[in-house]
Amino acid sequence: MGTTDTTATGRSDGKRSGFRKSLMTLAASVMLASSVQAATPSTAEVNTTELAVTDDTVTVGILHSITGTMAISEIGSVQAEKLAIDQINASGGVLGRQIEFVQEDGASDWPTFAEKTRKLLRQDNVAAIFGAWTSASRKAILPVIEQFNGMLYYPTFYEGLEQSPNVVYTGQEATQQILASIDWAVETKGAKTFYLLGSDYIWPRTSNKIARKHIDKLGLKVVGEEYYPLGHTQFNSVINKIKLKKPDVIFASVVGGSNVAFYKQMKAAGVDFTDEKPLLLTISVTEDEIRGIGGENVEGIYASMKYFQSLDNPNNKEFVAAFKEAYGDDMVIGDVTQAAYLGPWLWKAAVEKAGSFDIDKIREEFAGIEFDKAPEGYVRIHENHHLWSKTRIGQAQIDGQYKVVHETEELMEPDPFPEGYQ
Amino acid sequence: MFDGYTSSELMSIFAMQGFAGLSLFSVFVLMALGLAIIFGQMGVINMAHGEFMILGAYTTYLTSGFFQSYLPGLFGGYFFIAMVLAFFICAALGALVEWLMIRHLYHRPLDTLLATWGLSLIMQQAYRSIFGAREVGVDLPEWMMGAIPVTDMVDLPINGLFVMVIALSVAVGVYLLMYRSGYGKKVRAVVQNRPMAEAVGINSAGIDRATFALGCGIAGIAGAAFTMIGSTGPSSGQAYIVDTFLVVVFGGAQSLIGTIVSAFGISQAQSTMEFFLSGSMAKVLTLLVVIGILMIRPEGLMALKVRR
Repeated sequence: MGTTDTTATGRSDGKRSGFRKSLMTLAASVMLASSVQAATPSTAEVNTTELAVTDDTVTVGILHSITGTMAISEIGSVQAEKLAIDQINASGGVLGRQIEFVQEDGASDWPTFAEKTRKLLRQDNVAAIFGAWTSASRKAILPVIEQFNGMLYYPTFYEGLEQSPNVVYTGQEATQQILASIDWAVETKGAKTFYLLGSDYIWPRTSNKIARKHIDKLGLKVVGEEYYPLGHTQFNSVINKIKLKKPDVIFASVVGGSNVAFYKQMKAAGVDFTDEKPLLLTISVTEDEIRGIGGENVEGIYASMKYFQSLDNPNNKEFVAAFKEAYGDDMVIGDVTQAAYLGPWLWKAAVEKAGSFDIDKIREEFAGIEFDKAPEGYVRIHENHHLWSKTRIGQAQIDGQYKVVHETEELMEPDPFPEGYQ
Repeated sequence: MFDGYTSSELMSIFAMQGFAGLSLFSVFVLMALGLAIIFGQMGVINMAHGEFMILGAYTTYLTSGFFQSYLPGLFGGYFFIAMVLAFFICAALGALVEWLMIRHLYHRPLDTLLATWGLSLIMQQAYRSIFGAREVGVDLPEWMMGAIPVTDMVDLPINGLFVMVIALSVAVGVYLLMYRSGYGKKVRAVVQNRPMAEAVGINSAGIDRATFALGCGIAGIAGAAFTMIGSTGPSSGQAYIVDTFLVVVFGGAQSLIGTIVSAFGISQAQSTMEFFLSGSMAKVLTLLVVIGILMIRPEGLMALKVRR
């Protein structure tokens, strides 16, 4: 838990009592010894806002869709969050308290997300909520979580243009995913022309706006930009257009069931992605999606994400093994699932740095919190509540896994309000 | 609009777009035939049509799994068996649903609408519990993948051709059944005048059940065919249902020929406009044209002329 070095430097304000300072030092030194059992501060001390914290437990909320159309995507996040909670509990809990959770079902229905948030915050008094997946559900939660001052840990890569004091964004915002991937295509593949294709809603449209701006800035050309309604199943026309325009790169952000239709029809139309003519670069197909599309239909495409299941580092090996042990050998882990796994760990780090479960105290400590046990490698929370993280390019293999072919050298800075890109 | 394309490229565009339109047409025909038969015969709008279709798709998925594990040598031909299975499984479930639910609700069109919608939700959740919320990938035999190159620009996708052949066979089959068989004669008699048909000794309840089963069975075949071009998940059927209703209503609810003509018109209009406009705009324009024509001809393109 790489929080120890920042606890010392991160608290420069003099408002804290000396008692708590020494407590924090104690907690820090205990953490260095990788055991938090000994430090169990009193409940009155760590919880001044009537959250559901007792002398030996703390309650959090999990709020995802486990029924309805979004269940397909969100169940992985629920599994990852529960795994993280189990692991934290096994290693001694948070501030000496075992985590208990209340799980609610958002049912793929945005007003339900708002209602369940209200229930979690007002009735269950949860100390944190891990949840939401689509931007629409996050936007529904937002006014409620801000009104009652809760804290949401949101796992999905998303379009940016948001920064709430009551949300921590553990997925990438659009610029982190897009800029690095276009630079990569230009530098290593010599791409000059791009065809932007997406489903017709806010995330693909904003992403393509960012992509187009960046392509313009590099002096290269967008030869087509196209959107299809969610759930669209016939892509023959756009495939013909692509064949005619012969772009170097198809930049795709098609989501959901449309994905399956798109890749199957590309394959049927005689496009072999392994030829890279054109090269297909996507920001929306994780290992999860490939299960539905079929590895043989996407073999050779490139995806730009921060996490792939095949990442070769000890943290990830441990994580994948633990995930498979908990949920079965045939599980696949996508980018969002990994980001969801970070939520409880980052919350734990923030709580222990603040020495309190109070939302206001945690918020002050977010900036600079590090987590070096992340399966994706090292991450750090930016003061804008997003994560510094590396962006990777993976090439899809026939077995449905990605082979990592590129990784940014530096952590990408999260920039939810990119200048001139809006 | 045509700027920047050479004339040979334009020729290729029209050839490819024509083919794209034809594949869309076969998809529409496969979906709409089953719905049109049921609607025309009984006045029942089957909101669960898409879910019957997905049942056919899951049947295909299970069959392909079975062949991979037990009969890998025959994998190349599993698809035909899957289609037959899909037809009979969906038809059997259709007959059961008619017997349990629909027959109690005849002459109450709004109630059947609600009841079949409820059925569609139940079926979706059942798929979710049985097969999981994730879409499943259906493996295709090698010969169904890829394309036949005709010229440099024009490739004909094999699975598109295959869907077309299925659609054509089903349409011909339905035509023969409706217009060249004893059963078809009875169906048409019931459609035109139910009390008179009953008076001459036709078992109209039996005809209803058979027709509902037939419609659902055709949905099953459609589902099997769509595993090649689309996704197979608990709610994938929803993606097709709106277009299907559009085709049936536009064609004239009781006319099979009308259904086919309207499927052809809508698919060609849609795919041509998709090429020159964006996908969303093409859909908007298609809908506007359909609404416009329906205002002039509320009965649809080809209404059945009967005395009421």
